[in-house]
Amino acid sequence: MKVVLRNPRREVDVPGPISVIALLNRFELSRESVLVIQGDTLVPGDAMLDGDETIEIRPVISGGCA
Amino acid sequence: MKCRVCREPAVIDVRRQNANYCTEHFLRMCRDQVAKAIAEFDMIERNERVLVAVSGGKDSLAVWDILRELGYDADGFSIGLGIGEYSDESSRYARAFAEERGLTLHACDLRTEHGFDVPTAAAATRRVPCSACGLSKRHLFDDAARRHGYDVVATGHNLDDEAAVLFGNVLRWQTDYLGRQLPVLPARNGFPRKVKPLVRLGERETAAYCVLRGIDYIVEECPMAAGNKHLGYKDALNRIEAQSPGSKHDFYFGYLQRASSRFTPEVEEEQGALVPCARCGAPTTGDVCAFCKLAERAAGHEPVALRARR
Repeated sequence: MKVVLRNPRREVDVPGPISVIALLNRFELSRESVLVIQGDTLVPGDAMLDGDETIEIRPVISGGCA
Repeated sequence: MKCRVCREPAVIDVRRQNANYCTEHFLRMCRDQVAKAIAEFDMIERNERVLVAVSGGKDSLAVWDILRELGYDADGFSIGLGIGEYSDESSRYARAFAEERGLTLHACDLRTEHGFDVPTAAAATRRVPCSACGLSKRHLFDDAARRHGYDVVATGHNLDDEAAVLFGNVLRWQTDYLGRQLPVLPARNGFPRKVKPLVRLGERETAAYCVLRGIDYIVEECPMAAGNKHLGYKDALNRIEAQSPGSKHDFYFGYLQRASSRFTPEVEEEQGALVPCARCGAPTTGDVCAFCKLAERAAGHEPVALRARR
């Protein structure tokens, strides 16, 4: 399974199947700080991901303070 | 996970609401929360013209989209801040959003129209880039609203932004800032009203709203914001939120309900002393406004190449 990460943008291969929670734990990411995206929709936290799709893990925290 | 409304498969959970939503009902929930914030804080009247401060990021495009969906007369305004490729890319997203929907987007470029950019201003003042950036944006949004005849300036500040700013202001008891930290700043002495319609939505929700609405936005972080205090406050609050969902909401809305009025007298005292800036006419407490002073200092400084903060 191809996983796209951001800031900086990069791709990582992760063996599936794997749960969303386990995927985020693997990258030490909090569910509150990212979205898991497949195509044009979101993958819920309880989903299992198999090995065929491309998944994006997108951060949602922006830092502008003004 | 099942949607709390229709029991169909959910695509997102909102832990502070202890709820899951399908796409349709998540988008509806977002619009409802914005409508509730507008009504609760008397943000916008139906006949008013709204100028949305558009950066090309998720929050500004989400608030513009939701305001239009709710039927408000809302146009956009974007600023070229001169932060290298990041600014160019941000402007492209803002323009594409407006063009695809046939919306009016006003624009201005700091370097072209005012002779400086954010990296140069930061170097000239020896202050953090976010300071020069925020000052410039506030000034130019106010100015654009006055020149184009808008009643209200709407920004994309969300619940996470407001909770993080509150956290920082409380840590240092910056009482003058606390007095201004409200979802609505009324129009006064030449300033347009400023509203924050997204205060009831977290930034995970505004990002999800954009994904589910098919709104493309700039995902990359501003290279000059990396490592700033604001991000540290958000990280700290997210750790608390993970242990106790709803903490950020209770922190911010608890402040508004129970404490904010204690800090407004300091702001009201300052408001009485505003006079027009001798150079640009904007309201200010001195002869020359902070933006004109910044422009003067930055224009006299050698332009600097973009350098990300570490």
